[in-house]
Amino acid sequence: MATGLKHAAFQVRYGIAAVVAVAGLFVLGAFVSPNLTFRISYAVSFVVLAAIGLAIIFGIMGVINLAHGEFILVGAYVTTFAVTAGGFPLPVAMLAGALVTAVFGLVVERVIISGYVPNWIGQRTVGRDLIKPFYDRLADSMVATFGLSLIMVQGARILFGNSIDQIGVPFGSTAGYPDYRIALVGITAGVLALVYVLFTQTVFGTRVRATMQDEQTARALGIDTERTYMYTFAIGSGLAGFTGALFAPLLSMQPSIGDQFLVEAFVAVVVGGASVVVGTSLSGLLLGPIDAVLSDQFGEFAGRIALLGTAMLALRFLPGGITGFIDRVRTMREGGS
Amino acid sequence: MAAESPAADSRSAPAAIARLRNRLEGPNTIGNSRWFWVGFALVLAVLVAIPIVGSGTGGQFSLFLVLGLLGLSLSFVWGYAGILSFGQTVFFGVGAYTFGVVSINFPSPTGITGAVVAGTVAGAGLAALLGYFMFYGGVRDVYVTIITLVSTLVALTFMAQTAGSEWTIGEAALGGFNGMPGMPLFTLGIEGLFSFQFVYNEYEVFIPLLGTRVFDPFYYLVLVLLVAAYLGLRVLVNMDFGRVLVAIREDEDRTMMFGYDVERAKLVAFTIGGGLAGLSGVLYAARNVYIDPSVFELYFATLPVVWVSVGGRKSLLGAVAATIAVEYLRLSLGGEFALVAVGALLLLSILFLPGGVVPWVDGKIARSRLVASDGDSPGGPAEVSDS
Repeated sequence: MATGLKHAAFQVRYGIAAVVAVAGLFVLGAFVSPNLTFRISYAVSFVVLAAIGLAIIFGIMGVINLAHGEFILVGAYVTTFAVTAGGFPLPVAMLAGALVTAVFGLVVERVIISGYVPNWIGQRTVGRDLIKPFYDRLADSMVATFGLSLIMVQGARILFGNSIDQIGVPFGSTAGYPDYRIALVGITAGVLALVYVLFTQTVFGTRVRATMQDEQTARALGIDTERTYMYTFAIGSGLAGFTGALFAPLLSMQPSIGDQFLVEAFVAVVVGGASVVVGTSLSGLLLGPIDAVLSDQFGEFAGRIALLGTAMLALRFLPGGITGFIDRVRTMREGGS
Repeated sequence: MAAESPAADSRSAPAAIARLRNRLEGPNTIGNSRWFWVGFALVLAVLVAIPIVGSGTGGQFSLFLVLGLLGLSLSFVWGYAGILSFGQTVFFGVGAYTFGVVSINFPSPTGITGAVVAGTVAGAGLAALLGYFMFYGGVRDVYVTIITLVSTLVALTFMAQTAGSEWTIGEAALGGFNGMPGMPLFTLGIEGLFSFQFVYNEYEVFIPLLGTRVFDPFYYLVLVLLVAAYLGLRVLVNMDFGRVLVAIREDEDRTMMFGYDVERAKLVAFTIGGGLAGLSGVLYAARNVYIDPSVFELYFATLPVVWVSVGGRKSLLGAVAATIAVEYLRLSLGGEFALVAVGALLLLSILFLPGGVVPWVDGKIARSRLVASDGDSPGGPAEVSDS
């Protein structure tokens, strides 16, 4: 109990210190060199937003969703259509994009990942399960979601053509930098805070973390782990859809839009480690500046090579990612004091 | 096993065959019965006859066989060593580009033969480099997959920005999205001594009963290489090295505890896979006399994974068969729905037949045989074990 309290105090103390430090740096940077600060913080939020949905699904369910980019595509397309065809205001359209993607994710989880629907049909027709759930079958889940991704990209191309009309970027600009991109930084912080509260302060979050730590014990204690997985996947998909919605005004709407997020998303998950919020935000803070500075100086290729190199270095020297490293430091400190 | 031959008559023909089969057969490959080899010979005969019977299809079929080599490389790396690599197409593309650069700079038969070697070595070398950093750097399991996936995207980003004139190696311009045209026609041999042009060099041969038919020498070259690669890999996976690879696939930590050098074994397997993919890329570029960065696209990188998971990743034969079948389907469907069909095929096969088609069929045959010869093999495991 005492260690638990100390644990929590440690987390809160350093967490608040880190948040204050980052915010302070941002404000300081905005006075010293606004353009560079905005560019770097935009890169950070790009990495975080690209990765968060993937990180939730991977960290909690042990499923690698290679169709992650296509979930982003769904969110972006729904938002764009809601504005251009439906005439909704942009914030409503963005929420719609996130919601539709969450529902879509729910369907995907039921039909493919958990195999609930095919097995339900199987039980009634041939009297046995047809497929095995993909939980913790990393390689198989990758292959299956890749099939899904192929279908979705080509399906979008067949239905909507090679590109659709883009919506305009809202707001004006400050110091030569678009306001919308600055707003994105704030929204990213909000999303992170929300996810943090959801997973640490609610009953649902406790269930999710219990399931993540030890599925069998959680089930023995009466948690419906299958339902937890289902909602987790829907939340992860919804966040991917929200990412798509947020970037809908900024990127050209092509069926291959998801590919632009893949490198950042996967590298961030590899570097971040198991903890969703802490890992993703820290790897965003690490990778964003690397990507922004190198891409500016030497072109997109250099930025991507640097990300690949960072991922390999992180896998070599930080097994378990940044959060694994933090855990080790914490254990050492607590052992010492 | 059919290989217990007394040493005394080891020079006679049946004993030689038995020794050969002993090398080719083992628990790591499907098809260890006499009937399998009869079927294999039949399929081979069909493959030899295809360009003769259906005049004109030989050209497309040579493409399928080239890609069969690529499928074979992934089947070996993924199905036997347990390394799911999305990067086989990187080695494929690097092999193709290396072949292009070397052959454009040295457009003589000797130069082109050297370019084939250079392309294969480049594929293997890149795989060795990447594999060294991954396996000795402690990158494992699914993270290897992610790293290879990211490598593919990096390679595409790199090749796409090579349009400028500063990206010229000797005579050869890499050309960005426009690709690299102007490779010399694929001619192997040594100048002055002997050389033979394999592409755009069709022979008209008169065959009794069938009339005049066109032979494409390139098709037969690829067929020979594919069969050699298949049989070579069969020998390899049934050797001790192959057993170690399978042990690593099943349980890496335990294999390490038994004292095997897991990293080195994985690196060697990955390098061999990279070399095969590189050779496949060389032949691809030689066949099309052209190469462009589309081979680095994510879509192309997934195709080997589709072939191998549909055919059965733990079966080299399945990989080749599924490569030819899926590519045939993809090209004959054509149009925009081909990709949807490929995706659906992948999804359904991993959902309902996670092991792949060929091992499933093999299991069915084995089971029906067990039922048929119940007395001979009491309660034996469901494996094909003839004689």
